[in-house]
Amino acid sequence: MKKAKVATLWLDGCSGCHMSILDIDEAIAAVAQKADIVFGPLVDAQVFPEDVDVTLVEGAVSSQHDYEQIKQVRENTRLLVALGDCAVTSNVPAMRNPFQVKKLLERIYVQGVDTKPGIPTEGVPTLMKRAVPVHEVVKVDLFVPGCPPPAAAIGFVLGELLEGRMPDLSSKVKFG
Amino acid sequence: MPQEISVRIDGELCRASEGQTILDVARANKKFIPTLCFLEGLTPSGSCRLCLVEVAGVGRLLPACTTPIQNGMSVNTNSEKLLRHRQTVMEFLLLERNHYCSICVCNNHCELQAMAQRLGVTHVRFPYNYPKLPVDVSHERYILDHNRCILCTRCVRVCAEVEGANVWEISGRGINSRLVAELNQPWGDSKACTKCGKCVQVCPTGALAEKGLGVEEMAKSNENIKWLAAKRGVHA
Ligand code: SF4
Ligand code: SF4
Ligand code: SF4
Ligand code: FES
Repeated sequence: MKKAKVATLWLDGCSGCHMSILDIDEAIAAVAQKADIVFGPLVDAQVFPEDVDVTLVEGAVSSQHDYEQIKQVRENTRLLVALGDCAVTSNVPAMRNPFQVKKLLERIYVQGVDTKPGIPTEGVPTLMKRAVPVHEVVKVDLFVPGCPPPAAAIGFVLGELLEGRMPDLSSKVKFG
Repeated sequence: MPQEISVRIDGELCRASEGQTILDVARANKKFIPTLCFLEGLTPSGSCRLCLVEVAGVGRLLPACTTPIQNGMSVNTNSEKLLRHRQTVMEFLLLERNHYCSICVCNNHCELQAMAQRLGVTHVRFPYNYPKLPVDVSHERYILDHNRCILCTRCVRVCAEVEGANVWEISGRGINSRLVAELNQPWGDSKACTKCGKCVQVCPTGALAEKGLGVEEMAKSNENIKWLAAKRGVHA
C-alpha cells in the first residue's frame, strides 16, 4: 500500500502543538507504518512537496511570510487541519491585535531600550495588521482546538484520517 | 395554590403549574436546554439567548428561561435547527471580546468554555472583533476583566437582589455595552460594595475573579445562591 504523505507547519505558535504531536508516544509507530512525514519542523525538507495528503498547521497567520506559506500549503494539501488554539482562534498571538503594529514595535524595540534601540527590519518578515486564525485566510477541513490539543486527540485525528475517515470531534475537544 | 396545567415537551406529556417558565418545566422533566445568563435564585434576564426553544404555533424561537409556560403548550427543546442557532449564539459570544482560554484565570472552570464544548463548537466561523478593553484592578480583593465579560448580568442581579448593594449596571448599547460600577466609577471607589464576592462567584466566565490568582486558579461556587435568594425572598 502506498504510504500517505503527512506534513506539519509551524506558523505563529509556541511549538507546543508540535510537542503534543511528539507526545502521542507509541501511536507514532502506527502512524509511521501508514504515513511519511514529508515536511515540517520535525524533518529536514526545505521545500513543501506537491500533493500532500494531510497537513497539520500550528499557529496563527501573523506575518507576510505566514500568509504566503499557508497559501502555498493549501494549494498542495488535500486535507488541511488547524491544530491548536492559535491556528483555530488566533489565541495568544492575537493579543497584539487591539494595538497598531507600528506602536507595538516601537514600544518593544525603542521605548526604554538602552542598547541599540530600533525596529528590526533585516531577515524578519513584516507583521500583518492582525494575527488571524488559519480559516480566515484559507479553507480549513478540520479544527482541533486545545492549547495544546491533548496528544490523545491528535493520535485519534491522525488515526482516523489515515484510515480515510473524517474524525467527529464535536464535544471531544475544547478551547484552552 | 398555582393551577396545574399540562403541556408537551419534546412530545412527552408533562405536568406543570402556572407561573413556571418553559425552562423550569423542561428541567423538572430532565430535558437539557443550554443556559448561561440564567442562574437559579436570580430573576431571569433572557440576555444570552442560548436557551431558545421552538413552541408549536409560534413563528419565532422563544427564550425558555423567561417564557411562562401555558396550558396546552407544545415545546421542542432539541432539533437540528435549535442546535445550529445555539452554536451561532455561542460563536457570537466568543468573537465579541477577547477570549484566550489557555491563559485565563478561569480556564477549565468556565461555563462559557464548557458550553462551547458541549455544543460542539470547535471554531468560530466569523471574524473576531479584537476590541481594546480595560481591566479594572482598583478593587482591593477582586478584578474585572472586560475582555472576558459576556454581559450576562448575573453579577448585576446577584448584587441587587441577593446582596442588596446595587453596585453593578450595564451602560451603553449594543456592541458598546459595558458593565460599570456605580455610575461608571472604578470598582475600588464604590462605597456600596460590601466586598462580599457574590458577583465573582456567580460570574460564568473569567470576567470577575479574585485578585492575585494565576491561570486556571479561579474555580467558582454558586450553589448557595439559590438558598440565599430564598432567604431574601427573591422569587417568593
Ligand atoms: S472566560 Fe472562559 S471562554 Fe473566556 S477565555 Fe476565560 S476560560 Fe476561555
Ligand atoms: S462584591 Fe458583593 S457588594 Fe461588591 S459588587 Fe460584588 S456582589 Fe456587589
Ligand atoms: S462580569 Fe461576569 S457575571 Fe457580570 S455580566 Fe460580565 S460575564 Fe456576566
Ligand atoms: S439562559 Fe435564557 S437567555 Fe440566557
